[in-house]
Amino acid sequence: MEIKTRTLTLTEEEWVHPGNRACAGCGLGIVYRTALKALGKNTILVVPPSCLTVLQGLYPIAATKLPCVNVTFASTGAAASGVRAAMRALKKEKVNVVAFAGDGGTGDIGIQALSGACERGEDILYICYDNEAYMNTGVQRSGTTPQGVVTTTTPIKGKPQVKKDVPAIVAAHRIPYLATASAAYPLDLYDKVRKAITIKGPKYIHVHTPCPPGWGFDTRYTIKVGRMAVETGLFDLYEKDAEGFRLTDASLKLTGKERKPVIDYFKTQGRFKSLSESMVSDIQKEVDLKWAGYC
Amino acid sequence: MKNDDFGCMISKSEPGPGDGGRTGSWRVQRPVIDLTKCIPAKTGKAACFTCWLFCPDAVVSKTIPPKIDYVYCKGCGICAEECPSGAISMEDESSFIHDIMKENK
Amino acid sequence: MHLIESGNVAAATGVKLSRVQVVAAYPITPQTPLTEKLSEFVAEGSLDSEYIPVESEHSAMAVCIAASSAGTRTFTATSANGLLYMNEQLHWAAGARLPIVMCVVNRGIGAPWTVWNDHQDSISQRDGGWIQLYANDHQQIIDTVIKAFRLAETVSIPVMVCYDGYLLSHTYMPFDTPDQDKVDSFLPAFNPINKLDPENPSNFNSVTLPDVRPDVRGNMAPGYMEIRHGLHQDMRRSMDVLQEIDQSFFEEFGRGGNPFLEPYRCDDADHVVVCLGSLSYHMRDVIDELRAEGTAVGVMGVQLYRPFPDQAIVDALAGKRSVMVFEKALSYGNQGALYADIKSALYTCTERPLICNHILGLGGREIKTKHLYDAVKQSCENPETMGDTPRWIGLKCQDNG
Repeated sequence: MEIKTRTLTLTEEEWVHPGNRACAGCGLGIVYRTALKALGKNTILVVPPSCLTVLQGLYPIAATKLPCVNVTFASTGAAASGVRAAMRALKKEKVNVVAFAGDGGTGDIGIQALSGACERGEDILYICYDNEAYMNTGVQRSGTTPQGVVTTTTPIKGKPQVKKDVPAIVAAHRIPYLATASAAYPLDLYDKVRKAITIKGPKYIHVHTPCPPGWGFDTRYTIKVGRMAVETGLFDLYEKDAEGFRLTDASLKLTGKERKPVIDYFKTQGRFKSLSESMVSDIQKEVDLKWAGYC
Repeated sequence: MKNDDFGCMISKSEPGPGDGGRTGSWRVQRPVIDLTKCIPAKTGKAACFTCWLFCPDAVVSKTIPPKIDYVYCKGCGICAEECPSGAISMEDESSFIHDIMKENK
Repeated sequence: MHLIESGNVAAATGVKLSRVQVVAAYPITPQTPLTEKLSEFVAEGSLDSEYIPVESEHSAMAVCIAASSAGTRTFTATSANGLLYMNEQLHWAAGARLPIVMCVVNRGIGAPWTVWNDHQDSISQRDGGWIQLYANDHQQIIDTVIKAFRLAETVSIPVMVCYDGYLLSHTYMPFDTPDQDKVDSFLPAFNPINKLDPENPSNFNSVTLPDVRPDVRGNMAPGYMEIRHGLHQDMRRSMDVLQEIDQSFFEEFGRGGNPFLEPYRCDDADHVVVCLGSLSYHMRDVIDELRAEGTAVGVMGVQLYRPFPDQAIVDALAGKRSVMVFEKALSYGNQGALYADIKSALYTCTERPLICNHILGLGGREIKTKHLYDAVKQSCENPETMGDTPRWIGLKCQDNG
């Protein structure tokens, strides 16, 4: 039985400097800070254009205390493969090579490189922080934007298409470790990153990351909103490895219990204002069906 | 000719705080901890530290009591929202005008 | 050791001798056999390198950029549309000052599709900040690849070694392969100061503001414009470095001596043909024939295209009666790219030659010696009539009906 990390046992060492350019209440701030605690010093990061590029700092100051290479938007998976190849060539195999990209850089423009890296079995950890739109450029729709969400490129009526299930696409590559996590459950994320770096081969963690300006809620509710996504069963915390599939943390605790209605989640954010009653009802049915399949 | 003579200027950033300047200036409200309600403060024991856990900017220290770095705290309010004992309240930044003026001297 | 092999194998052998550490591989005609040969070398153990079979050319250059940033010697190869697919990465590698070496096996670009040789691919990338070297035969291919690594790592600028698709890549010629020991002493191990290192963490190539700003110590750091200016200045200075390296190679291996331009019968020539790649060797037959008829003509092969060796061009061509530039590419809507560069270099000459521009061989259109002979002869006889507009050689279907 794995020992779960608790707030009291979570390491104090910080790998991100304060005073960075992330928004107040940024979900990524929590995700990044927590993930880096799990990774530690012997890590090289690969980061494409995204909110993280900005959080990490504008030249010549870096908010991150770890070595990092910024790369072009489409190339994250390939660049991480390149870093790993170099580490093998230099006989520095123990270094964690970690790609840290947004949803656009992972599931849209970055999907080719990610797929290639997974298919080749590259020994990298790929963390996708999913704030469900191109937030860095001002809230444009991405493949992982949920259905009905209002963005600057899906104004008024909201996005007609459904959210792209990127973890499922990655799972089809049969990689040794795949997980979902949330900014609202940092200890679960921490444990998953710690576990992932002990495994050889491609590892993928998809982190649900609430964004106050992009999703339309007050900065103090970042954790509440993230929690609500899990408590309604819209976003599930799970992992999939050699031993099989399992729900974790709050999602695991939800099995056999009543989930909050999805409308409670939608009410917390301005971006869902275009959702009609029938759309909400359809989404509730889908969530119920999905959860029926978990048993 | 040697490599030292070339490529001296590249985009290479070094780690340091305050890339965004004194981000404390972003605040309209600041979190204030009531030490009579704060669990580690009133028990004198290492406990809770929820504010430290959830701070996106790592400006809360994991100490007894937790301390907030107001130079960089952006005033998001997550700590106030998540504190299980309701020990943190968001106060208007303007009430601290004297402190701010002292800092700016 | 003497080999009779293809241009692609010559290139692959040069890469192997250079002890590359990371190879990114993606197939594209006519470069593919180079990539295949490298995988053979790695599989049989004669090349101790990581070999990453990527899923696209954009990713191939991404692997090189990342691996080079991490402090290893890297290589990839491509042609035509593959080169264009990695366009943004080329600019990235140059701006990041990474000493990546890439072979570009010259091929025409779609649309419409062509797999045959012309120079549009590398010519279209002349502005990005890569050093461009052109090899005219198989010996030059293997030698230039080895020199390219040393040049790239000395000046921290990526280098493109270009050679003609099919005409060189797929034909067989004898060439000498240098001894590994001698290559090792000519090309020491790659050990950069700046690299990704957990012991010395830095963040490379993050967003740079328009204006300069202080670093963590409070010292004013150079901005985007300074970094780009540095690239340009170092590119210009790299010509001297190339000359040194060429000299050093000559002393070690007995070959070279023409780092910028390779002249043939130009010293006493009134007229000089200028071209890139193997065409300059093809031209020698035409030169010999015209010389036998009494025309004082020579041919100059351009070996270094970027940085542009403008002073060498002026030294070679000033005072000549006429210059004829033949090229397998053009800047659409204007003129041949090489032509425009040479004309620009000659602009300030007091003794400016007459100059004309020929476009030929696009999409692998066969270049007949007879056509070359006719064009050069016409230009030598009446250089003042040639004009500035590009003349096309080998165009068909021009008279309808």
